Amino acid sequence: MTADSQLQLNSKGQLRHFLSLNGLNRALLTEILDTTDSFVSVGEQAVKKVPLLRGKVVANLFFEASTRTRTTFELAAKRLSADVLNINISTSATSKGESLKDMLQNLEAMACDMFVVRHAQSGAAHFIAQQVCPDVAIINAGDGRHAHPTQAMLDMYTIRRHKGGFAGLVVAIVGDILHSRVARSEIQALTTLGVAEVRVVAPKTLLPTDIEGLGVSVFHSLKEGLRDADVVMTLRLQKERMHSALLPSEHEFYKRYGLSRDSLGFAKPDAVVMHPGPINRGVEIESEVADGVQSLILKQVNYGIAVRMAVLSMTMSGQMATRIKSS
Amino acid sequence: MSPLPSVDTLLDKMTCDLQQLLSDRGLENPVMVGIHTGGVWIAQALHQRLHIQSPLGELDIAFYRDDYDQRGLQPQVKPSSLPFSTENRHVILVDDVIMSGRTVRAAFNELFDYGRPASIILVTLLSLPGRELPIQPDITGQQLTLEHGERVKLLGPEKLALKLVTGAA
Amino acid sequence: MTSQLKLSITGGRVIDPFTSRDEIIDIHIAEGRIVGVHTPPPGFQPDRIIDARNLIVSPGFIDLSARLGEPGFAQKGTIHSETAAAAKGGVTFLCCPPDSRPVVDSPAVVKLICDRSQQTGFCQVNPIAALTQGLEGEQLSAMAALQEAGCVAVSNSWLPIKNNQILRRCMEYAATFGLRLFVNAQDASLAAGGCAHEGLVATRLGLPAIPESAETIAVITHLLLAEQTGVRLHFSQISAGKSAQLIAQAQRQGLAVSADVAIHQLLLSEQNIDHYNALSHCQPPLRSLRDQDELRQALADGTVQAVCSDHRPHEHAAKSEPFAETAPGISSLETLLPLTLKLVECGVLSLNTALQRLTQGPAQVLGLPCAGISVGATADLTVFSPTESWEINADTLISAGKNTPFLGETVAGKVKLTLLMGRVVYED
Repeated sequence: MTADSQLQLNSKGQLRHFLSLNGLNRALLTEILDTTDSFVSVGEQAVKKVPLLRGKVVANLFFEASTRTRTTFELAAKRLSADVLNINISTSATSKGESLKDMLQNLEAMACDMFVVRHAQSGAAHFIAQQVCPDVAIINAGDGRHAHPTQAMLDMYTIRRHKGGFAGLVVAIVGDILHSRVARSEIQALTTLGVAEVRVVAPKTLLPTDIEGLGVSVFHSLKEGLRDADVVMTLRLQKERMHSALLPSEHEFYKRYGLSRDSLGFAKPDAVVMHPGPINRGVEIESEVADGVQSLILKQVNYGIAVRMAVLSMTMSGQMATRIKSS
Repeated sequence: MSPLPSVDTLLDKMTCDLQQLLSDRGLENPVMVGIHTGGVWIAQALHQRLHIQSPLGELDIAFYRDDYDQRGLQPQVKPSSLPFSTENRHVILVDDVIMSGRTVRAAFNELFDYGRPASIILVTLLSLPGRELPIQPDITGQQLTLEHGERVKLLGPEKLALKLVTGAA
Repeated sequence: MTSQLKLSITGGRVIDPFTSRDEIIDIHIAEGRIVGVHTPPPGFQPDRIIDARNLIVSPGFIDLSARLGEPGFAQKGTIHSETAAAAKGGVTFLCCPPDSRPVVDSPAVVKLICDRSQQTGFCQVNPIAALTQGLEGEQLSAMAALQEAGCVAVSNSWLPIKNNQILRRCMEYAATFGLRLFVNAQDASLAAGGCAHEGLVATRLGLPAIPESAETIAVITHLLLAEQTGVRLHFSQISAGKSAQLIAQAQRQGLAVSADVAIHQLLLSEQNIDHYNALSHCQPPLRSLRDQDELRQALADGTVQAVCSDHRPHEHAAKSEPFAETAPGISSLETLLPLTLKLVECGVLSLNTALQRLTQGPAQVLGLPCAGISVGATADLTVFSPTESWEINADTLISAGKNTPFLGETVAGKVKLTLLMGRVVYED
């Protein structure tokens, strides 16, 4: 068992924190996807609520602003009948002198059962699970550049649902890999679930050092990178990149790496297009493609709630089992 | 111990008893809901025999169990499907076996999340001793007592039959 | 503070790199000096006899970089606590970097540190003076006055010099007074925001990274400017194998340049920060296993003249944050000996070479007039057991900083006695 799996799993191999996909095996990832199936059905019914987390308190701790992810988690928790707290964390909270550790331990003392955490520092969720609140179930909603495991799982669910499975698939991830926690989690998920090939496509300035070591093939040409691809995932390009000598302009990026009807043509005719959102139309993706028949972007959003319901319920269950065992 | 009864025989008896009860209470146009998995098979058989108009509803009570904290979420949840409104309807709730009563309690909770039924009639193929909650079926095929360590299982969906299983659960 | 005690240390294996001595022989001490090796002076009556059988007697270790917390960072440590830890670690002389608060850019601060360390009396402390005023990298510091106050070296620590023109002038001025320039080689823009070695581990952990070139570019710049200005150059705590190669090449070409490496760079690597282990967050970062290997070779072949502790005590809170927000550094004075002996065990160095890198090597870098273990020399000695083992934990460490990734490990190599000017400053 790697240290990551030791931290995230209880003695029965159940999730008790959801921090990263590192150390989680194929069987567990598949279980998350299967559980998501059940919750998608729940979402299609008139009564969308189930009582699984009734009486449990889930606190959203978003140190980085994010309306959409936070709302999705809130909705997922409420559909599980949990009580949800949205903790208002201004960026100056820690500049007031209170350390992250102190703030969280105060919250734990208020009997929260689960924290959904988004933080600008890589390793923040690990830090909280390991050193601050080991008895509170910690869900990583994105930490620095490191991981965004629920996003990756919802993307895996989307692929499974629309491509039938993972074997034999060629998946290309295009864009700012260097700064992307989504990309790192996708790579982990795809390699664990056994796709045929994972490719990253980007200019050198947007690729991290030794990325091949994570099990991907590197392409600098969009045409070569998309050739025979079954799934094309394109990442959001942030405006700051243009100001840090990483790219000359959005225009040049779009011309060489943007997903347009023409460039999508390099991939297989039945290739699907995905994007974690929010999309920059005309920068990384053309409107026609984003709204086109091959695009699964809205489906991703749709599945996002069900995936998070699965992750929240599985993790809370594993954390409860740990507590019962130790009491 | 006497051999297990034939399911068909029990279904005949239950159909008869149910028709009688519906008539006695003057209940018209009921809907029927089976609890996964065995309860759905029994409900399908009864639904056919009673010529119930509205389609059969199916409940999976996995999300309503009371042992979530101990056992966690079991995957392989089949989705519930209630293709009708339960609001102000008479609901015939069907399961294969009632023992502790907790499954039925979960089914009640789930049904009430969908709406307020006018009444619920509980029908089970078998009733075993061991209630942990004060819930009794209105109609049951047969009351059965098992030896220690024995369990009974309904086989299906074709050729419904009861089977005795010994050993660990 | 010289002791009036007469001591004899008997039966110990004396390994003295200064005189190339390695034999079992008795040492006799009076009035803070060695007065007899093997035979005591006539009529010598020791007040105390120390039985050093099965122990090694070495000159006191000289540590080129150890932070003391004081002045300015009392929550991390004090001159008292950290020099006591030094004595426990067998270190009798240490250099503290200039990045205290206030910065060591005036004789008053030098005096403050020296007076306090003399008062506590555990270890000799020689502060490294700031190269620029306030370490701000713009204006020359009062190097002549600082030299007069006792400093032998100047450094800008990890803070950048504004541009190469200023760096050149700093070098020329330091060279004027024969001051050694200690350099923590780092290009500020390449290193900006980074906290880990740029490689697979940082990529996987998503940590902002410092490429090897941040160090090597600064090394080359300083080598070329040193050649031009004639300053005596020393690279402090290098982390990249490539840096050692560049330094070796310059040495072959006749440039007077030396280097030291922190002991943890020789035993740890980027693998140790995996799972966000903040105790292994170091500056410079722990690099690849290949770098570790090349640094070990450079230490063995003499390209690197000294190994130091790079001691940085931290309070618990400084390491209790998400990785990038933790303070870098390891509390390492007390583990310097056992960890160096690990290198001996691995066959990287012989015991004699290891002790040379802890004593004569750093003495030469500093230009200290050490005579080692010989009659007339100051009695700064470390007596240790190379085999006795102990567990590194919060109780056994007396430094205020318990921040070491080696916590919980049992290691071999224990200092039994440390003498500073003939006075016992630590005894087990």
